[in-house]
Amino acid sequence: MSRTLYDLIGLAAGVAFILALKGLSHPKTARRGNLIGAFGATLATLVVFFYANPGSSLPLNHLGLILGAMAIGLLIGVPAARKVQMTQMPQLVALFNGVGGGAAALVAIVEYLHLGADATTAEVIFTVFTVIVGCVSFSGSVITFMKLQELMTTRPVIFPAGRFIIAATLVSVIGVGGWVVSALGTAPLLILAGLSLLFGVLFVLPVGGADVPIVISLLNAFTGLTVAASGYVLDSVLLIIAGTLVGASGTILTRKMAEAMGRSLFGTLFGAFTAKAQDATGAAEERPVKSGSPDDVAILLNYARRVVIVPGFGLAVAQAQHTVRELADLMISKGIDVAYGIHPVAGRMPGHMNVLLAEANVPYEQLLEMDEVNPTFGQTDVAIVIGANDVVNPAAQTTPGCPIYGMPILEVNHAANIIFLKRSMRPGFAGIENELLYDPKTMLLFGDAKASLTQVVSALKAL
Amino acid sequence: MSAMAILSIFVLAVFVGFEVVSKVSSTLHTPLMSGANAIHGVILVGAIIVADHSETNLELGLAITAIILATINMVGGFVVTDRMLEMFKGNKK
Repeated sequence: MSRTLYDLIGLAAGVAFILALKGLSHPKTARRGNLIGAFGATLATLVVFFYANPGSSLPLNHLGLILGAMAIGLLIGVPAARKVQMTQMPQLVALFNGVGGGAAALVAIVEYLHLGADATTAEVIFTVFTVIVGCVSFSGSVITFMKLQELMTTRPVIFPAGRFIIAATLVSVIGVGGWVVSALGTAPLLILAGLSLLFGVLFVLPVGGADVPIVISLLNAFTGLTVAASGYVLDSVLLIIAGTLVGASGTILTRKMAEAMGRSLFGTLFGAFTAKAQDATGAAEERPVKSGSPDDVAILLNYARRVVIVPGFGLAVAQAQHTVRELADLMISKGIDVAYGIHPVAGRMPGHMNVLLAEANVPYEQLLEMDEVNPTFGQTDVAIVIGANDVVNPAAQTTPGCPIYGMPILEVNHAANIIFLKRSMRPGFAGIENELLYDPKTMLLFGDAKASLTQVVSALKAL
Repeated sequence: MSAMAILSIFVLAVFVGFEVVSKVSSTLHTPLMSGANAIHGVILVGAIIVADHSETNLELGLAITAIILATINMVGGFVVTDRMLEMFKGNKK
């Protein structure tokens, strides 16, 4: 295959990626967009097997190993993608991003080992850049995965002199990076990779659980940039286009997410460094709360005219999406006006709750975005908060300095009655106490969300 | 390729990247992140190229690992995004 044809097909794949991102921006075209992207990626991969790079010949060297490695990747990636529960989506995206960053770093390391005396300074710089950023993306993603999977604490991890250590690590990464650029050598490169991995860990540790999705999105953009840099070194227009697209769109997406959470991007990333470690536990545990039975809840609902359901991640953990739909249908059949109030970051990632409720076939029209539902809480008789906490916590509006201060919330505190379905008094993902739980108009129904909802449904049917 | 041509491609791609996602609603943030994530799995192409011209066992081992990781990223990313979007479509009926 001629170089021109090879490049033209690469260009076609690049266009497919643009169309993919464009399609993914609108619900109607999203699925087709994703398929176009998959087509472009397949095309780009196939064509590599039919073009001999300068100084090489077809078939590719190590062809068997290459195909075998791809088969292993398929055998791991496809089942993981097929079997993952929708609730675990953020972790999987984090992991996929991490392995992508790791792949980019490995490619750059191999490239580096290959760079001869004739390598241009730009090539060396881009290669070293990819090693650094790819490693940061890899180790950072692993930490976000562990936080989301709750393999480690979801609270910001603040250690003494943390800021100093992080800054020192960054300075040494840059310093060693400069050394590796000026004096080609394998050992310095490995030290650089190690330091970069360490920096990725330190960079993500202080980020609180609720902010983790923003970091995943940012690391996603980082990985995109490493792919673009690899494209420069490997002389591949396709990699430059694809990587830059992901880098740019990832940056915008990161900013939009941060906006939805009412934070500046800078504050999210560096706010935690200055935050004090909090004592979320304390005297608050002893305060009285009003807890009710499923019958109490059913009675309250039976006499309501308007009910707003506020689903949170706890709902999905309990796999109660179908039960909540059953409850909503029952209330509608009794003439009650029912809506779902969806916070932009409900779940563990922006848009996550929409995916989870879509899975339970909840009609699209009943899902109200925050701006639509907030003005209606004043006319709402009952707000049912199921497995959510941070997104309805008035502290976001009233307590400057708390980690979620400034995040827009669903203002359930304006509803006449509030029902919280909770497993325990444990604070939410952000680790902050919620004053609303102690409000006189709040009733708590403790227990597994699915079991509780089932009991409420049968109690309501009996009325 | 000339540095100028590459810089032009880069800058134009940045603007295209900004433009295509500027109007996305928060409903689609999760699939969009997942889809963009799958796209950078195309580093697989780079991994195959370096595997082809690996000379030592160390290089080959690293390149083969990169191929495995990149394949997981790319294929897994597209499959999982499709799974999410399939449900959104059923919803719109």
